Amino acid sequence: MSDSGNHTRHQPGSSLWPIGFAVGVACLLLGLVINWIITPIGLVLAVVFGVLWARDVSRDVRGEVPEIEPETRAVADEATESPAPVAAPEEPLPTYSRSRFLEASTVGLGAAIGALVTIPVLGFTILPSFKDVAEPDIDLGPIDNFPEGTYVIASYLSNPKVGEVSRRTAFVRNNGMTAKGPSFTILYSRCVHLGCPIQPNGPIDEQARKDVNGVELRPVLAQSFGCPCHGGLYDSEGNRRAGPPVRSLDRYTYSIKDGRLILVSLYSVANVSGTGADAQISSYSWASPGVHVDGVEAWLYPIVPSQVTGVP
Amino acid sequence: MAKNSKRASTVDTAVLAPLDWVDERTAAVRGTKWFLFRNVPRDVNWMQTLGSAALTAFIVQALTGGILAMYYEPSSSINPQTGKPVAYSSIEAITTDLTWGWLVRGMHRWGASVFIILLFLHMGRVFLFGAYKYPRELTWITGVLILVTGMLMGFTGYLLPWDQTAYWASAVGINLNGTAPFLGPWLAQFLAGGPEIGSETLAKFYAMHMLLIPGALIALIFVHIYLVTRLGVSSPPWSGEAAGRERPAAKPEAGRSGLVRGSGGD
Repeated sequence: MSDSGNHTRHQPGSSLWPIGFAVGVACLLLGLVINWIITPIGLVLAVVFGVLWARDVSRDVRGEVPEIEPETRAVADEATESPAPVAAPEEPLPTYSRSRFLEASTVGLGAAIGALVTIPVLGFTILPSFKDVAEPDIDLGPIDNFPEGTYVIASYLSNPKVGEVSRRTAFVRNNGMTAKGPSFTILYSRCVHLGCPIQPNGPIDEQARKDVNGVELRPVLAQSFGCPCHGGLYDSEGNRRAGPPVRSLDRYTYSIKDGRLILVSLYSVANVSGTGADAQISSYSWASPGVHVDGVEAWLYPIVPSQVTGVP
Repeated sequence: MAKNSKRASTVDTAVLAPLDWVDERTAAVRGTKWFLFRNVPRDVNWMQTLGSAALTAFIVQALTGGILAMYYEPSSSINPQTGKPVAYSSIEAITTDLTWGWLVRGMHRWGASVFIILLFLHMGRVFLFGAYKYPRELTWITGVLILVTGMLMGFTGYLLPWDQTAYWASAVGINLNGTAPFLGPWLAQFLAGGPEIGSETLAKFYAMHMLLIPGALIALIFVHIYLVTRLGVSSPPWSGEAAGRERPAAKPEAGRSGLVRGSGGD
């Protein structure tokens, strides 16, 4: 048969270990962000798969034969007819020369040293942007400062130590008392197109300006918000009415403590139906402006940083 | 050689002997001749100088940028004397107080646009001349990478004046990166150093603008120019001369006598 003389060694397929290695490194980095317990698991995965990968890659250099059985097709009657296979002439044992060893150890040690240096540097480059980025809760003062049914522009420093660069603006509307306590609509001032500062479309009552512990409060008569950069327009509930934004305005969660309004954290909103205290809000983890949170386009953003870091 | 006068031989010894000494040890003179004294097609034209013009613009950017870095301070904290952020105050000082600071900053600010415009004109010339074709594909690819890194320079440099335009334009730019699928939001948070632009963003953009991206850009420019030198300049598409034709032998008396012994003609 033509098959009989064709017992050539098959080439090993491309190694799959790099995938495991990548998963391990990702696990390690994620662990550093979320929870220290995950870190050693990632480390172990990375080391194990890294070693397996290195073994795979260096197979040629080490001269090791891949452990793949030659494909045989033993036909019963043929096997009985043919005489016992002649013992193959003894091949010289594969040698492993000094230069091969030095080459492999230089490359291997170089890779190990490179990894030792690179991983901390990489972590230092990337992780600080995702760790300890939480901003403190902000006390906006007594809720009596927020007249029912109108928006108040609240401007505050989220981190006074850092200064003006941490200035944030929220549009706060008191929706009045409900069965569950006072209700507020609190919109974040960043346009969800590309993050410009939206402006309330209405006159600001500068006479009624108040300053509460460094928080500036200015009532404004506005039923819509506009963005000066690219013409995004939102209604009084933050729903997009015109222009390029991809979702409704981000909102703050809040709490009432001793009759004072406290801003807690941001979340993203796909759409709001209804108004004020009765509004039905489809809320999502906070995503940066321009990111879709619902619909088919949201498939492009399966995991956003706030889902991992829990902030903001 | 021209006249073999005594004077000429003195000049030879004084000027050329040290050069020979250096060349013997470093190949610097041979290398310079290899780089500068190249054969080019007879019918090259002015449009083929756009690459050198872009290089000149880059050198201007590198020099003026290096000088600006001596006076600029990338800090968002408030300068107690001016009541404004330190970065913005240092820009104000460069523009109004320091001798010729307005000129150097203006050169850097407008030169940035000149550099990008020249890159695009150069790219258009290469495209229309078909000069990206075999064997110059990698020259084109490194050129594209130079364009991208050049734009990154523009993006990171725009934040540094730390005024309202800089702040909001960078916010838009960062969020624009954030809309890239899958890793976009992560990239945006990495660039801003957090969910929003903060004090770290300025230092980060400064480091990228001053150190990381210029390093990559200079390396790419070296590769690009090496490839141009190695592969030679292409003829215009309307050239009547056959490609790859041998150059006619230079007449010794008409040839320039080059920078160094034996470099004139051949």
